[in-house]
Amino acid sequence: MKVSDLVKEFQLTVFSGESGLDREVEGGYVSDLLSDVMGFSRENQVWITLQTHQNVVAIASLKDLAAVILVKGFRPEERMLEHSNNEGIPVLGTSLSTFEIAGKLYRLLCPEEILPPAV
Amino acid sequence: MKVFRADLHIHTVLSPCGDLEMSPRNIVEEAARKKLDLIGITDHNSTRQAEVVRQLAHQRGIAVLTGAEVTTREEVHCLAFLPDEERRLLFQHFLDEQLPVIPNSEGRFGYQALVDASDNILELEERLLITGLRAGIGEVEQEVHRLGGLFIPAHIDRSVNSIFSQLGFIPPGLHFEALEITRFVSEESARQRFGIAEAVTLTASSDAHYPQDIGAACSLFYMHDLSFAEIRLALLGRDGRKVMPQPKENR
Repeated sequence: MKVSDLVKEFQLTVFSGESGLDREVEGGYVSDLLSDVMGFSRENQVWITLQTHQNVVAIASLKDLAAVILVKGFRPEERMLEHSNNEGIPVLGTSLSTFEIAGKLYRLLCPEEILPPAV
Repeated sequence: MKVFRADLHIHTVLSPCGDLEMSPRNIVEEAARKKLDLIGITDHNSTRQAEVVRQLAHQRGIAVLTGAEVTTREEVHCLAFLPDEERRLLFQHFLDEQLPVIPNSEGRFGYQALVDASDNILELEERLLITGLRAGIGEVEQEVHRLGGLFIPAHIDRSVNSIFSQLGFIPPGLHFEALEITRFVSEESARQRFGIAEAVTLTASSDAHYPQDIGAACSLFYMHDLSFAEIRLALLGRDGRKVMPQPKENR
């Protein structure tokens, strides 16, 4: 699955970093504490957050994350946009909350983990 | 060159987490008892209690930096100090504009009392002061410096609300006069742990919420006098002036 597939599936806004839309997605990580993401995220994950600071892209780049999804209609700060374009890491946006977009992403990426409805 | 003892991070009754004993009068008494020459009044997201402390302390020969402990949008705590009353009021205006209106719940967070020099309550701040501003750390820093102030990211060794806990590392392009460490870490270990160059000044302060904690950590300022300009030069380590943190002095 590629970042561009997520954009289409969830109708995400592409703010910046278009050159990274071909990146492979292998999972997700949810956190608003940047130090936590720095310590525990893994490469090719999509990072869901409400943080709009330039350090977000720096950390995404350091950890080789696939993309960043900003929730609840948050928009990236100017410096975040610049870094995103320079690093080729897409910054995407959704009006959904973290809970909702993470749930959708989990269902898409890990369908075998979702239990069938009880009969 | 003289040596001045400074504790630049003290809360008052205006902070919801500040003890009700933290009135301007008690703070000045305790600062005098601890032989401090300079204190910083830093309530959460408000500078309103600082001026009365400055006036009271002046009578006792103690200098006061008036400012606040700002919570940025990223929930990084940063000390901000303004050079004079006019610019403190301008910065207060900025804080008022940037603070989301969330009513304080006194039962949960504590009282936010604005008091006068004789401990009379003038008003209760109705907005919750401990929430994050709408402005990010870069915007806050630029506003402080536009007003000629001092900007010091607070308690960098804490695991919450510090620049490292919230942002992972110090963003390039952020300007600050110093970084603050708590009484729970030595200067050496803080520098090593966070990779802070010798050229960057570290201050140590108490972050006192109770009178007895005032001065529990302090910094020695080597400079000519207690003027704002001298304090800035000392923080920047200019012309032979310097600041030596004493994080564990009174433990």
